Amino acid sequence: MSAGGEGAGSPEPAPSLELVGIDKRFGEVHANKAVDLVVRRGSIHGIVGENGAGKSTLMSIVYGFYEADAGEIRVNGRPVRIRAPREAIAAGIGMVHQHFMLVEPLSVLDNVMLGAEGGALLRAGARKARAELERLSTEYGLAIDPDAIVGDLPVGLQQRVELLKALVRGADILVLDEPTAVLTPEEADHLFRLLRVLASEGKTVILITHKLREIMAVTSRVSVMRRGEMVATLDTADTSPGQLAELMVGRRVLLRVEKGPARLGALRLQVQNLTVVDAKGTPRVRDVSFGVHAGEIVGVAGISGNGQSELLEALAGMRPIAGGRITLGSTEIGPELRDPHVLRRRGLLHVPEDRLRMGLVPPFEACESAILGFHEEERYRAGPLLSRDAVIEDTREKMESYDVRPPAPLLRTSKFSGGNQQKLVLAREIERSPKVLLVGQPTRGVDIGAIEFIHRRLVALRDAGVAILLVSVELDEIMGLADRVVVMCGGRVTGERLTSETDERELGLLMAGVSEQAA
Amino acid sequence: MSAPIEVPRWVDLALVPALAVVAAFLVAGLVVLAIGENPLSATLILLRGALGSGEGLGFTLYYATNFIFTGLAVAVAFHAGLFNIGGEGQATLGGLGAALVCLRLDFLPAWALVPLGALSAAAFGAAWAFIPAWLQARRGSHIVITTIMFNMLASALLVYLLVNVMGKPGSMSVETRVFAPAAHVPFVHELAAQFGVPIPASPLNLSFVLALAMAALMWVVLWRTRLGYAIRTVGASPTAAAYAGISNTRVIVVAMLISGGLAGLVAVNEIMGVQERLLLEFTSGAGFIGIAVALMGRSHPFGIVLASILFGVLYQGGTELAFDMPSITRDMVVTISGLVILFAGALDGLFRRPLAAAFAGRGKGA
Amino acid sequence: MDVFGFGIAIFDSGVRLAVPLLFACLAGLWSERSGVVDIGLEGKLLVAAFAAAAASHRFDSAWVGLAAGIAASIAFALVHGFAVISQRGNQIVSGVAINMLAAGLTALVGNAWYGQGGRTPPLEGAMRYQPLTLPGAEQAAAVPVVGRLYAYVVSGHSVLVYVAIAAVVATSFVLARTRFGLRLRAVGENPAAVDTAGISVTGLRYAAVVIAGVLCGMGGAYLSLDQAAAFLPLMTAGKGFIALAALIFAKWRAWPAFWTCLLFGLLDAVAIRLQGVVVPGVGQVPVQAIQALPYALTVILLAGFIGRAIPPRASGTPYVKER
Repeated sequence: MSAGGEGAGSPEPAPSLELVGIDKRFGEVHANKAVDLVVRRGSIHGIVGENGAGKSTLMSIVYGFYEADAGEIRVNGRPVRIRAPREAIAAGIGMVHQHFMLVEPLSVLDNVMLGAEGGALLRAGARKARAELERLSTEYGLAIDPDAIVGDLPVGLQQRVELLKALVRGADILVLDEPTAVLTPEEADHLFRLLRVLASEGKTVILITHKLREIMAVTSRVSVMRRGEMVATLDTADTSPGQLAELMVGRRVLLRVEKGPARLGALRLQVQNLTVVDAKGTPRVRDVSFGVHAGEIVGVAGISGNGQSELLEALAGMRPIAGGRITLGSTEIGPELRDPHVLRRRGLLHVPEDRLRMGLVPPFEACESAILGFHEEERYRAGPLLSRDAVIEDTREKMESYDVRPPAPLLRTSKFSGGNQQKLVLAREIERSPKVLLVGQPTRGVDIGAIEFIHRRLVALRDAGVAILLVSVELDEIMGLADRVVVMCGGRVTGERLTSETDERELGLLMAGVSEQAA
Repeated sequence: MSAPIEVPRWVDLALVPALAVVAAFLVAGLVVLAIGENPLSATLILLRGALGSGEGLGFTLYYATNFIFTGLAVAVAFHAGLFNIGGEGQATLGGLGAALVCLRLDFLPAWALVPLGALSAAAFGAAWAFIPAWLQARRGSHIVITTIMFNMLASALLVYLLVNVMGKPGSMSVETRVFAPAAHVPFVHELAAQFGVPIPASPLNLSFVLALAMAALMWVVLWRTRLGYAIRTVGASPTAAAYAGISNTRVIVVAMLISGGLAGLVAVNEIMGVQERLLLEFTSGAGFIGIAVALMGRSHPFGIVLASILFGVLYQGGTELAFDMPSITRDMVVTISGLVILFAGALDGLFRRPLAAAFAGRGKGA
Repeated sequence: MDVFGFGIAIFDSGVRLAVPLLFACLAGLWSERSGVVDIGLEGKLLVAAFAAAAASHRFDSAWVGLAAGIAASIAFALVHGFAVISQRGNQIVSGVAINMLAAGLTALVGNAWYGQGGRTPPLEGAMRYQPLTLPGAEQAAAVPVVGRLYAYVVSGHSVLVYVAIAAVVATSFVLARTRFGLRLRAVGENPAAVDTAGISVTGLRYAAVVIAGVLCGMGGAYLSLDQAAAFLPLMTAGKGFIALAALIFAKWRAWPAFWTCLLFGLLDAVAIRLQGVVVPGVGQVPVQAIQALPYALTVILLAGFIGRAIPPRASGTPYVKER
């Protein structure tokens, strides 16, 4: 921005938000590398990038949740210092968080007022906030009962409360972090209509997402982030999903996995009309049916949070099921068999989605993590005791054959890198020659070299006749590895395809809940 | 508990607790100064009283015995991710269990009566821990609060029983009659005398050996058995335990039974070894000292034995100190325990964070 | 004594016994509603009782005593606050430490200063709070039922009793109707929401912890300056834990806390009255059973057999910004 703008009529108005050289490190991780960004007033500006590209960190800096190590933030052309959310709010920035920042036992009104109470006593402020909610309700169609308890509201309405919080505080710049992750397609469309109205009234909207469909549908400009860097900012009209995808991923890395055609064997895992309900009573998996044969990889695709995790945990025996049947080989898994321990002994092994919370015990020595789930096995026993020698020896062998570095069975589990931790989990599960292998997010947070290794292992396992169910939010991974893909949305299966007969576009539509007929 | 701060193992096991103890003693020294005494000479008197004579040493180890039991009790629960504040109540019930056997079965010979009494003490302690454990595992009732309540209930129960049911007939004092000699856990000096080794008389009895054996046993159980593996997995990561198919409910209950049983063994030392009758308040806070001991010993049996001996020194030396410097009573020990819990438990980030930063920096430079 | 008179006497002593519980219970309420678990109520009561007695004895003024009690209790509250808010230490461990520290320090210092086994000398005259006679109480005593209740139960307590009741009103009002109260309720449930709304989580929690200190200070001062007229070692005798039980029973709300503490106070008064009394057909009344009732009831409540006691969601966990 040049300082000469003042007297010179009114050329281009100052950008609503401008970031210059924003840099942020968390220890070893360089989350934002000298990021520049210009967001025009009254625009809907998309920011896309893969998981971990640095989008959320950048927006957390804008909102004052973290302070940047270097760089400058300008609002309406003026440099501002934002060290805390309070200062962001004062600068006219409002944020709709991906994980709502709501106080569930309080009412909508209380939540909206929190931090903007308008006086030491609530009464006057409450009257004003109520009127303001009324106005926003009529103006934008954001109807809501101010006295409802937030925790009782459905997710879509909770998001509305988040949005109302920002609007009541008079935000000019609205940042929405993955707002559609929790919405149904209709709710998402409603949200997009609303964002257009807000933009037309001069508000600036920043939309963070990794869904290209949304970017194309609603934004006017789009910026792409990759590994902490801002790699491009384009007019949406001048770009295409293909170009954006390429920018997001960078050079396409080895997503072509060498594999021959699948040689299908017997049906190993059959799921019929499975329904899983969470602790709150909300159905997470609804009436899901599919099968996995020996010698094939079946992928489960879907945006995270659409029931895949619950499906995986139910199949592994970690969650009760509310309805339907699971058949392993020729045995129906009744309630008495629904225990991870029992299923493991029957040849159903499980590489869990979250290796740090489930797959391993971070404070344990690696060799102790390497027997998680198998500590009762005969081979680790020495009389009534655990044989430490056997455990260490076994881990050493696994570390060698899976190239885990460093090959130190006594090192604390948390000291290994993500890729090496994942190899340790894989080694543990695969080495037991499973009949059925459940795999969740096998390459999340794993470096490139390890990804390749893990993919090759899974294919080799398939070729050896194992039935593999692969749950992944990385569409590329599904396309590269799976022979068949089941797509989930909102807990239901929205489609099943052979990967050789579909493409990412079609799967993307199914993931977004567009019905099969329409697709 | 809060997010771990990673430091090298020896720092975690030795340096951090040592710094916490030093900090606790510095503050205690200020307290001594404030009441007008010289902390250095107080320390000297304390050390001489605790370690300077055979008798003093005997007393020191006798006190340490209680703390080993309660410290192990707290530590086993810690390993399962549970905070058992109920050691005091469980020890009290242990006393009841020991007393019932010693009073009712006193026709038995010593070789049968003493082990039975010890088993009964452990069983009663375990039973008192079972209810909070079961409520935590099955009904989600916060075990900290329920064990606090069970401490209060135990003390009310003991008062009731001693006043109304078990009290010595025709006596105003709230205690049972003295046990038969067969119920007595032999003193170490008695045994030594039998072998012709004269050592000064002290209340140190064979319970100390039992305590050391329990410490060794707990080490084996925690790090060399499937049960210990299950306990530590549940404590370190309940989600990983669920993934592994380890039953949280079972582990919580079993760990608390072990914990309560260990706490109950305090009675073997106090009731069967020294008092030879059941009386009120015989635990004299050992359940709470156990928390300090477990925190300082980093929940490791070896550390717990060391920490217990340190507290034994404080207790015994404190008694001598109260004799020589009447203004410093035994309450000094309670104060120091509180400070140790504060620095080794709640404030340990104070030492750990700078150390973590220092070692991280050094690791990178190397 | 007639039956009504007996009832009045029980009720009167029940109110007196309820007051320290109520102060401590409200203290716990403030702390835990902000997300800081406080099992150190017992210790704060104790240290306040000692400081109040010592200062009152030294300066011959109950008011100075009260101020000292509050100051000592706040000091302990700040130690807890520093450990669990700033250092993110374990809240239970810190509470245990506070209790032990208070038990040790009060007895130690008490003994060093007064040499009477940890007690302070008895407090007399201006050193202790005297009962206030509310207007019209003497005349009302002649009026049956209502008048006597007014004269003997409502009137005739020291000023701290009325402060306790005022504290209930204030707590209830502030939590429900003020900005501070709204923020405090929010921070105990979801500190991240408070943080993103631009409000300091740390500040709110420290404020709550200090308020808890003030309330425990008054509760402790009441014990030594009114109820016992001296400090005795361990004179709190578990009151802080009964207050904790009452807090759970009241489900962390002010007026239910009032009623629960009153009930627990009455139970205690009944137990004391029945000590050694032999009821025909029953034998000696097991007073310990009555005294243990609050603890037993709390366990049953926590077990979820009679309703559910759900603490503020964020209580017990330090607030750490998520990445």
